[in-house]
Amino acid sequence: MQWRNSVDGYGVVAIALHWLVALVVVVLFGLGLWMVELTYYDDWYRTAPDLHKATGILLFIAVAARLVWRWLNPSPRPLGRPWERRLAHGVHLLLYVLMFATMIAGYLISTADGRAIEVFGLFAVPATLRDLPNQEDIAGEVHLWLAWSLIVIAALHALAALKHRFVDRDATLERMLRPRKIQTRSSDD
Amino acid sequence: MLRKKLTAVLMTLMLTVPGLALAEDYVIDTKGAHAFIQFRIQHLGYSWLYGRFNDFEGTFSYDEKKPENASIEVTIDMASIDSNHAERDKHLRGEDFFDVDKFPEARFVSTAFEEHGDGTATLTGDLTLKGVTRSVSIDVQHIGHGEDPWGGYRRGFQGTTTITLKDFNIDYNLGPASRTAELELSVEGIRQ
Repeated sequence: MQWRNSVDGYGVVAIALHWLVALVVVVLFGLGLWMVELTYYDDWYRTAPDLHKATGILLFIAVAARLVWRWLNPSPRPLGRPWERRLAHGVHLLLYVLMFATMIAGYLISTADGRAIEVFGLFAVPATLRDLPNQEDIAGEVHLWLAWSLIVIAALHALAALKHRFVDRDATLERMLRPRKIQTRSSDD
Repeated sequence: MLRKKLTAVLMTLMLTVPGLALAEDYVIDTKGAHAFIQFRIQHLGYSWLYGRFNDFEGTFSYDEKKPENASIEVTIDMASIDSNHAERDKHLRGEDFFDVDKFPEARFVSTAFEEHGDGTATLTGDLTLKGVTRSVSIDVQHIGHGEDPWGGYRRGFQGTTTITLKDFNIDYNLGPASRTAELELSVEGIRQ
């Protein structure tokens, strides 16, 4: 099993973390938009926000783990034209920044009054920054806008991957799906 | 010259004939937080939930000789709602409840004051909340008045009333027991 990354492709760990984070980001986005529309007598009125917050904390850990793994491993060689590679790198960086910023803003809503965030009864994340003027309202606005930005940028990221697959016909998408060393198409030719 | 003389005459009259004194004007002591706008509402019909508005200001005038002329005016910063739970307060400030972005202030302006002679009174006035103005009637109790230890003169009242949320365009369903909220107003004024 190819656990680690190589210059030619991603290992199992990087691939698994990538898709896990992608799935959870999309689920949390939908869950977040849905839960704020729930009314008082909905079954999920209390559980949906709890689930959203706890999953957000776990996502934070997963994204942090991804970054650590990224630093400990070689990066697969980017494919495409030079401007595409620069753009891709910038977008990847932006996605990380948006993910962390969104999660931190969300954390600042729920902990604005000093309450901790419970994670499925396993542990609790205590408040740090608290009692700033209108903290929960400002953090709430910021959280929503960051989440939308993240989803839009992630959609562009996905479209770009599809463009590599169907227009450029290179291995960009494939190597995020399969953990073996894939030769780039140009070297196959 | 004439004006000065007139003023002097008036001043003498006011000092010698107490009944002629002008209404006493008070500023509500929000600076020292000796005034509170609190509310309570039932939670599911099982318990009372308490909250308050931290930022407001107002003035009242009260003349013991002519209590029927008493009046009060209070402006409340709706975003200052505090129910001791940030997520709930955020919800209360939102469109489901007070929509404070659109309606940042609530206002109460009295229209009548009727004393019952036993230290209680009924205060009537127009309450503007979430853009809706309605007449409300507040049961008032005169708590006390007199000099304070720092050279001032204070007077305080307690008031209670019940409002129906729907009357003020708030119809988020909190359950049948929670359609009304009780307001408890504690007001201490410093005489100017």
